[in-house]
Amino acid sequence: MLRRLHHTQPETFAFTPANQAWAEGQLTKFPEGRQASGVIPLLWRAQEQEGWLTQPALEYIADMLGMAYIRVLEVATFYFMFQLQPVGSVAHIQVCGTLSCMICGAEDLIGICKDRIAANAHEISADGKFSWEEVECLGACTNAPMVQVGKDYYEDLSAERFNEILDELAAGKVPTPGPQNGRYAAEPLGGAIALAEYEAGKAPLNASATLATDIGDTIKRIDGTEVPLLTPWVRKAAAADVVAKKPETKKRDTKPAETQTVAEAEPEILSAARDGGADDLKLIKGVGPKLEGVLNDLGFYHFDQIENWSAEQIEWVDNRLKFKGRIVRDNWTEQARILASGGETAFSKKAPKEG
Amino acid sequence: MLADQDRIFTNIYGMHDRSLAGARQRGHWDGTAGIIKKGRDWIVSEMKESGLRGRGGAGFPTGLKWSFMPKESDGRPSYLVINADESEPGTCKDREIMRHDPHTLIEGALIASFAMNANTAYIYIRGEFIREREALQAAIDECYAAGLLGKNAAKSGWDFDLFLSHGAGAYICGEETALLESLEGKKGMPRMKPPFPAGAGLYGCPTTVNNVESIAVVPTILRRGAAWFSSMGNPNNAGTKLFAISGHVNRPCVVEEEMSIPLRELLEKHCGGVRGGWGNLKAVIPGGSSVQLLPHTVCDEAIMDFDWLRGQQSGLGTAAVIVMDQSVDVIKAIWRLSAFYKHESCGQCTPCREGTGWMMRVMERLVKGEAEPEEIDMLWDVTKQVEGHTICALGDAAAWPIQGLIRHYRDEIEDRIKHKRGVSAVAAE
Repeated sequence: MLRRLHHTQPETFAFTPANQAWAEGQLTKFPEGRQASGVIPLLWRAQEQEGWLTQPALEYIADMLGMAYIRVLEVATFYFMFQLQPVGSVAHIQVCGTLSCMICGAEDLIGICKDRIAANAHEISADGKFSWEEVECLGACTNAPMVQVGKDYYEDLSAERFNEILDELAAGKVPTPGPQNGRYAAEPLGGAIALAEYEAGKAPLNASATLATDIGDTIKRIDGTEVPLLTPWVRKAAAADVVAKKPETKKRDTKPAETQTVAEAEPEILSAARDGGADDLKLIKGVGPKLEGVLNDLGFYHFDQIENWSAEQIEWVDNRLKFKGRIVRDNWTEQARILASGGETAFSKKAPKEG
Repeated sequence: MLADQDRIFTNIYGMHDRSLAGARQRGHWDGTAGIIKKGRDWIVSEMKESGLRGRGGAGFPTGLKWSFMPKESDGRPSYLVINADESEPGTCKDREIMRHDPHTLIEGALIASFAMNANTAYIYIRGEFIREREALQAAIDECYAAGLLGKNAAKSGWDFDLFLSHGAGAYICGEETALLESLEGKKGMPRMKPPFPAGAGLYGCPTTVNNVESIAVVPTILRRGAAWFSSMGNPNNAGTKLFAISGHVNRPCVVEEEMSIPLRELLEKHCGGVRGGWGNLKAVIPGGSSVQLLPHTVCDEAIMDFDWLRGQQSGLGTAAVIVMDQSVDVIKAIWRLSAFYKHESCGQCTPCREGTGWMMRVMERLVKGEAEPEEIDMLWDVTKQVEGHTICALGDAAAWPIQGLIRHYRDEIEDRIKHKRGVSAVAAE
């Protein structure tokens, strides 16, 4: 299959700082001198950041890994997940068209893509928001037919439900991934026959859909702050005591985030960190370097500022963060309370310490 | 039906606690150090004893494969590489292990690596499984934090690192040597054998490549004993197996069952039967796209194991059962698989690169009925020229479904040519 670089290329490429750190972390998995092993993960991260793979990105990664440009180009053109041309600004829809999906209705889904997005695969829709392609088996055959949107699988689709999903995405919403017909995961529809005893105590969503809603990055351009970078295999002298202390595991509050509109109230803010410097807010699960910067700009530097936010104050901050619901979802106030008192959360245990 | 207490994958639907604590409650990571202390030879002989055959498709005995690894290092490290590039059409079992029961796999990786003198293992997961990768990585991180991986892993005295890497959408990387190429950062083009990976695999070092399910069942087999595992299934087809059923059954699912379960029992007990009743069955592909289909006439007595299906010139493959009812145009179904193989041929060997395209184009015309009857024999001939003439088995895999179609549904193809009725639209891409 002929796959070439796009005719129009941007001038430059660089990883965001967090993605750069992530990329360097990846390379610790491979023996000295075998950095080329990291080429697929790094190219993939570049695509997650930019939406598609650009020539400057290929060159950047080749330089980073000490590989000849042609070797990286070979890899980029060989593997079909690499998009070598721009994709829709909201989402690139990948419809599985292989046998199980085909006999369960994938052709209808492809028809919808042709009608609603563009007549041909890899063509961008008139409004610039979507593009699509038919892909080969995505490995969710028991949940056929299905599509992949960004990082997630939407399974057990009907033509009607697929249309709704496209509507919601176009309206800026992200429907909950996973089976769309009431199934939980790969059990028979209507309830598990094997292992039925666990049916009653199950979490609201299966593992994939839980991650999707927790991280909230289904169709997001990845900047590296979404999931903490951990390289526990890199053994430092100090690592020993981290293992020794048993983390106090706290159950995540699974209550759904408040969706009612709450009046907002401005919390206490500071113009600068108090003496002794700002706390490392990144120790709160859900806060990356970027969000920490935003919080600092808003006037938050310390855990004790965060721990006492009321619902109205959370609303005030939420409205300024553009991460709707994250404060409640990740329970920042509770995390901040533990951190402010000098304790550790399950997340802060794992986070790389500053300094 | 297999009793719940005889299941190895006790959280395959993810309904129980998916964390390490939950896995421990279900009996995983129990006495791992004790198993390792029994030594390499005991583990390998117990695995041979259990009769476990590789779960990735070929069905090669797992214990025997492990015994090919060098007992003493010649200075090169040994590696275990776990093949999580699940992309055989119809197959969706490893995904459930990795996202919902990942600790079976991680514990198995530690034990298997120890048995093969490997301090490092890589899991190569297909690129599309992004959430599965995140779930598995989270489980690995949990194990590091709990001291189950890393230095003196699980207090066994064995230092062990487990790394997760991934592909980017190439079916061929499920072939073990293509996977190794990909893991080294190259195009996934299969290598000539010999040398076999056990002699020179990843980075030129001794390597064993095992499927996710093959590794994930190891701890339970060793805990419960080889005799327990081999007591299930017909002789030479031991144990339990994850079956992934898709297509035209009332309730498709993934389920662990005893090997050698009759096909009809599998479909009726777990999947609510064939859509429209057993009489509405047209054909079943019993082991993923690469094996020959079974026409409904043999489905009544079909036994789901390696040897019975081999006797039908089909195969158990990955135990991915694709069920097709009478509404399916079976010629078009096989054409779709031909299109798949054409798309996924890596292009290295000429018979496969060119042959998959020829086969797909002839199939396209058979779907429409726009062909001469002689072309059926010509197509058969082409499949025979591709089969066995390529470095890896992708050429064979592309040939077999077509051979199965011609063997069982020649009448239907001929009828269609005669009547030129055909289906109206076959996408020509």
